[in-house]
Amino acid sequence: MMSIRRSTNLIGALVLAGSLCAVASAQKGQTLLNVSYDPTRELYQDYNAAFARYWKTKTGEDITIHQSHSGSGKQARAVIDGLEADVVTLALAYDIDAIAQKGDLLPTNWQTRLPHNSAPYTSTIVFLVRHGNPKQITDWDDLVRPGVVVITPNPKTSGGARWNYLAAWGSALKHHGNDAAAAKEFVTKLYKHVPVLDTGARGATVTFVERGIGDVLIAWENEALLAVRELDQGQFEIVAPSLSIVAEPPVTLVDRVVDRRGTRAIAQAYLDYLYSEEGQEIAAKHYYRPRLQAVAAKYATQFPQIELFTLAELFGDWQQTQQVHFSDGGVFDQMYQPGQ
Amino acid sequence: MSAIRGRRHRVIPGFGLTLGVTLLYLSLIVLIPLSATFLKASTAGWSACWHTVTEPRALASYRLSFGAAFIGAAVNAIMGLVVAWVLVRYQFPGRRIIDALVDLPFALPTAVAGITLTTVLSVHGWIGRYLEPLGITAAFSPLGVVIALIFIGLPFVVRTVQPVLQALDPELEEAAASLGAGRWQTFARVIIPELWPALLTGFALAFARAIGEYGSVVFISGNMPMRTEITPLLIITKLEQYDYAGATAIGVFMLLVSFALLLVINLLQWWSGKRHA
Repeated sequence: MMSIRRSTNLIGALVLAGSLCAVASAQKGQTLLNVSYDPTRELYQDYNAAFARYWKTKTGEDITIHQSHSGSGKQARAVIDGLEADVVTLALAYDIDAIAQKGDLLPTNWQTRLPHNSAPYTSTIVFLVRHGNPKQITDWDDLVRPGVVVITPNPKTSGGARWNYLAAWGSALKHHGNDAAAAKEFVTKLYKHVPVLDTGARGATVTFVERGIGDVLIAWENEALLAVRELDQGQFEIVAPSLSIVAEPPVTLVDRVVDRRGTRAIAQAYLDYLYSEEGQEIAAKHYYRPRLQAVAAKYATQFPQIELFTLAELFGDWQQTQQVHFSDGGVFDQMYQPGQ
Repeated sequence: MSAIRGRRHRVIPGFGLTLGVTLLYLSLIVLIPLSATFLKASTAGWSACWHTVTEPRALASYRLSFGAAFIGAAVNAIMGLVVAWVLVRYQFPGRRIIDALVDLPFALPTAVAGITLTTVLSVHGWIGRYLEPLGITAAFSPLGVVIALIFIGLPFVVRTVQPVLQALDPELEEAAASLGAGRWQTFARVIIPELWPALLTGFALAFARAIGEYGSVVFISGNMPMRTEITPLLIITKLEQYDYAGATAIGVFMLLVSFALLLVINLLQWWSGKRHA
């Protein structure tokens, strides 16, 4: 009895070992690791499959692409600390700047290496309101009316939420003829209407959607469209403000890693293909605004018409913006100082 | 030398070996990561460190983190004793299920605990909707933080008091009663002194766990600067700015305060143990 059991165990172990070997040999082709932020999970699942097909027909090589998702800043720190990312696709340039400066893993001028500030797709900041828009919210000014409760995550902990803040600031700035004091007053007032500062965008969405707190959620357009089209049909509506910011989630390859692993060519092709018609179409399907005119025209009805400004137009680069608004003691912190 | 030789007759020898293993293990698991934290913090320099840890916003977060952790652990010390008492002293149907329930806060991912508690306690939640008319906001307030910390700390007190209570002979109480002690006297003079060291340990564990808790609290606290920001959140916001030195400075400060508090609790335990020996 004993010997039979032992021999079945042995057979089991051999079968297991054999199957592991089989898996190992199947994955002999190149691998690529794309380290990204939270809401791009589905986008890159589709894109990775498409790119693998494209690469196979072009070169005959098999490629396996792994993806990793978490908060944008957390991912940047992981790459600085040694996570072997061939490419990073994050929510804001500030996080990739940190990889360049603190980690010294890529040149500091990385953002000039690909077209459109290295952001192959964009989004913008819109409002999500409850069905029927009971508080009659149509534009930024409506958010600071008495009794309106606004949900937006904490810009200190969420990279995505920094775009929300900057959209509000920039809109007020343009509205008041470039008066920075008026913009600061508006944004200070706005955050007084925010009862909860969730640490991330998904947390804020849960607060608004699941807990029923707040009249309006300030959100990325791609997330808002996803919520309206695919999650809760009829419960929520998108309100497009008259003015908003172009949110540019940038991409780049991590030079030190691709050179060490010998994946530079394929990583470069992976990023270039994001700008191709198929790559742009996949981005648009996942509610990101495409850069390519032909694809943009095809999906024009999907995106509301909004007058858009860029970060560079109103704020300069991310280093300045972070320093002025979000660093410790910066404008955002000043809003919460006692007496404000 | 002779002292060591004199101990040679132990049933299981190996003092030297086990002490060596203990020191090596503690160094690898505890001391090396902690000293790295200290080193990182020291890169900023003393005045910068001091400035970081004494900012008004940091001070407000210490009040919340340490205050809520203390209240949570104190509530658990009392209620945990009651739970342990019931589980040890009485036989009733469902006792084993309740016993198993106590460990759930250990097993649940803290984020799940935080999200669940927030859902239940927020304005439209099962409990929150009844608290709102009474003027009590449980979610997104310091009260919510305390509730989350009570939740995660409960097993520590129950699990440390339970075995001691089990070993406590009911004959002691009978003896006290036959010598003329009242019920309260028996409880205060006979039972509590026996349980005191275990209760303190449970309190200390629950307290220490609560100070560093992040996952469950960030969901329920609302994270409003100066009001409901816990210290671990402040560390995360520093990390988001890639301010590693500032983040570790606050980390080291928390560590030192926690260590001092745990040391005081240990001394208290030692002192009470000696008094009742």
